[in-house]
Amino acid sequence: MNHTTKLPDHRSERVRSGAAIAASAPGRTIKRRRPASTQWAAWGFLAPVTVYLVLFYAYPLYRNLDLSLRDYTVRSFVQGDAPFTGLANYRRIFDDPTFAPALLHTAVFTVVCLVFQYAIGLALAVFFHQNFRLSATLRALFLVPWLLPLIVSASTWSWMLNSESGVVDAVLHAVGIAPVNWLTSPSWSLTSVIIANVWIGVPFNLVVLYSGLQSIPASLYEAAAIDGANTWQRFWRVTFPLLRPVSAITLLLGLIYTLKVFDIIWIMTKGGPADSSTTFATWSYQLGFGNLLPAFGPGAAVGNLLVIAALVFGLVHVRVQRKQALS
Amino acid sequence: MNTTSRQRRLTAAAVTVAALAITATACSSGSGGGDAKSAGSGTYTVWDPYPQFDKTSDWAKLVDQCGTKAGVKVKRTAFDTSDLGNKTLLAAQQGNSPDVLIVDNPVVSTLAEAGVLTTTADNKLDTSKADPNLLAAGQTGGKTYGTPIGANTLALYYNKDVLKAAGVDIASVKGWTSLTAALAKVKKAGKKGITFSAIGTEEGSFQFLPWLWGSGAKLTELDSQQAVSALTLWKDWLKEGYAPNSVLNNTQTTSWQEFASGDYAFSENGTWQLANAKKAGFGYGVLPIPAAAGGSAAAPTGGEFVTIPVQKDTGRYATSQKLVTCLTSGDNLYNTDTTLSYVAPTSEVQDKQVAANPELKPWVDAVKAAKGRTSDDLGTKYPKISEQMWKAVQSALSGSKSPKDALSEAQSAAK
Repeated sequence: MNHTTKLPDHRSERVRSGAAIAASAPGRTIKRRRPASTQWAAWGFLAPVTVYLVLFYAYPLYRNLDLSLRDYTVRSFVQGDAPFTGLANYRRIFDDPTFAPALLHTAVFTVVCLVFQYAIGLALAVFFHQNFRLSATLRALFLVPWLLPLIVSASTWSWMLNSESGVVDAVLHAVGIAPVNWLTSPSWSLTSVIIANVWIGVPFNLVVLYSGLQSIPASLYEAAAIDGANTWQRFWRVTFPLLRPVSAITLLLGLIYTLKVFDIIWIMTKGGPADSSTTFATWSYQLGFGNLLPAFGPGAAVGNLLVIAALVFGLVHVRVQRKQALS
Repeated sequence: MNTTSRQRRLTAAAVTVAALAITATACSSGSGGGDAKSAGSGTYTVWDPYPQFDKTSDWAKLVDQCGTKAGVKVKRTAFDTSDLGNKTLLAAQQGNSPDVLIVDNPVVSTLAEAGVLTTTADNKLDTSKADPNLLAAGQTGGKTYGTPIGANTLALYYNKDVLKAAGVDIASVKGWTSLTAALAKVKKAGKKGITFSAIGTEEGSFQFLPWLWGSGAKLTELDSQQAVSALTLWKDWLKEGYAPNSVLNNTQTTSWQEFASGDYAFSENGTWQLANAKKAGFGYGVLPIPAAAGGSAAAPTGGEFVTIPVQKDTGRYATSQKLVTCLTSGDNLYNTDTTLSYVAPTSEVQDKQVAANPELKPWVDAVKAAKGRTSDDLGTKYPKISEQMWKAVQSALSGSKSPKDALSEAQSAAK
């Protein structure tokens, strides 16, 4: 306390003496000008970030909101005189027969993907944590799905699941199971895109959970082993509880990523057949760009619903992180 | 305390530098791609959907030559065809339209509706030589918004070897019944019947249209008895195994790949596959798509229109008109359509094409019988109808709805 109160005095004295040498201006004016110039510097340093945020985040968000609240036709889009219609676009999408299925598919897609990505990722992380020979190499290989461009992995999946010439059906046929119309049957299309997305999402979970495992001290396992805990008990009583903070972050980030998945679904099924794999992300694109006559308003409205959902979970993420930082 | 604040300052500086770098690159790329016309009024901009042609291609050279002839410099930019409509709308919103725009024909009426294009009455473009059935795609509300540069359409390619093995005489295929009978024979012979594209995009609608029109149905009455019969035809082919289930996800390219494997008897595909057909390594023929009761069905026209977008400076139209006329007349048109493998939009050039390449004859006939998707003054109603139509096709073929239910739902949604 004492130290901090002394500090400004000390500094201003130095400033004063320095100024006295440099120029003959009275100390008082310098004292007044000095804070102003640091403030300017602060603003100067802040400006690029602020400009960047406004230009690339705030303005597009504002535009998207504006789009969703106006009745845009192609003509009014070009001339910029679209009438304000309040929530009409939102009402339109809530009344749309696609809304309920899209909501359901988005929820199912997100939850199922998360559960499988997490479970498989955790199992693999525990497996690789044992550090056997070649484990580092194998772990690196598991990262491949993450490194591939999405268009490559999605096209490959759609080729493998093709009901006419796909390798998956060929294998099923070989072992005597009736082939499945993975991408062209309304009851299977959602499953197909979920399988592809789980495959793509596992490496992320693996990497994060693996690093989480490394921070658990080995002595705890030794102690548990001495107490007579078997492998299964050691996992549930030691690993799992200690991994909880990392798991929470992994799941929350995964949730936000999965909610907005678009490319895989679009490349594999275009949300079809008959809307059977449409999620909010593909529906929004379909409305805005999937037709020769774009419906920007409703498309933006669906997009905003997604933004709100992601925002809610993003805030949860921030809260969880803050809680963890405190504990 | 001291160290943390220093660290914070350091990170702040690092962030600032990063942000500056990002904004700088963003700005520079923005100004590079943005205002295409700032180079001066002596430069005219041309946008086309032919990214496959680079600066050394015949098409690019032709564009340059026409510019020189009109006494101006021409800057050509190629876009992906699915992008071009939206790009043009955005450019028009910013008052930045190109001087000459070459765009897919069903997009013309949408752009016209948006007020982006000038009419031929305004820009003095002569469209009298173009075939009326092709020109109709660019006409709405009694006005014409451009001139076709070339056309393509759909027909049935058939594999002579497969048909021979199955004992099918191609001359016997005259209507839907005889076609289905031929497919049954092919299947019995252990080969595959027909492949097409029924994907949930505009492509799917494009491929379904010849059957819809061939049944006698209209786009404005999707729930008519005839329309149901057309969709039922496709549905039954899938049910009987004459067509593969993969058609639901096939683009026209993947559908062609299936045909090129040599297992299929028929493939519904376009003029643009002619060059690939020669490479396929089996005997092939081309048959106009049959109508339900015999004769040829009208197929939808593909191909682009050359248009002149609205400019603030109306004095530019005169030069733009010269450019367009140069691109779409006489020998230039012949050369362009040969490079694009399109059928020419005027009978004079069509004759020349057939004389040079007799294989084009069935295609010229098909184009003459073809119909624009936005014709019949459908204009901007077409995109809405089309979307509901491809959804109905997908619902019916995937088995989630009966053809009748799917189409009546489509009709009520398209209204």
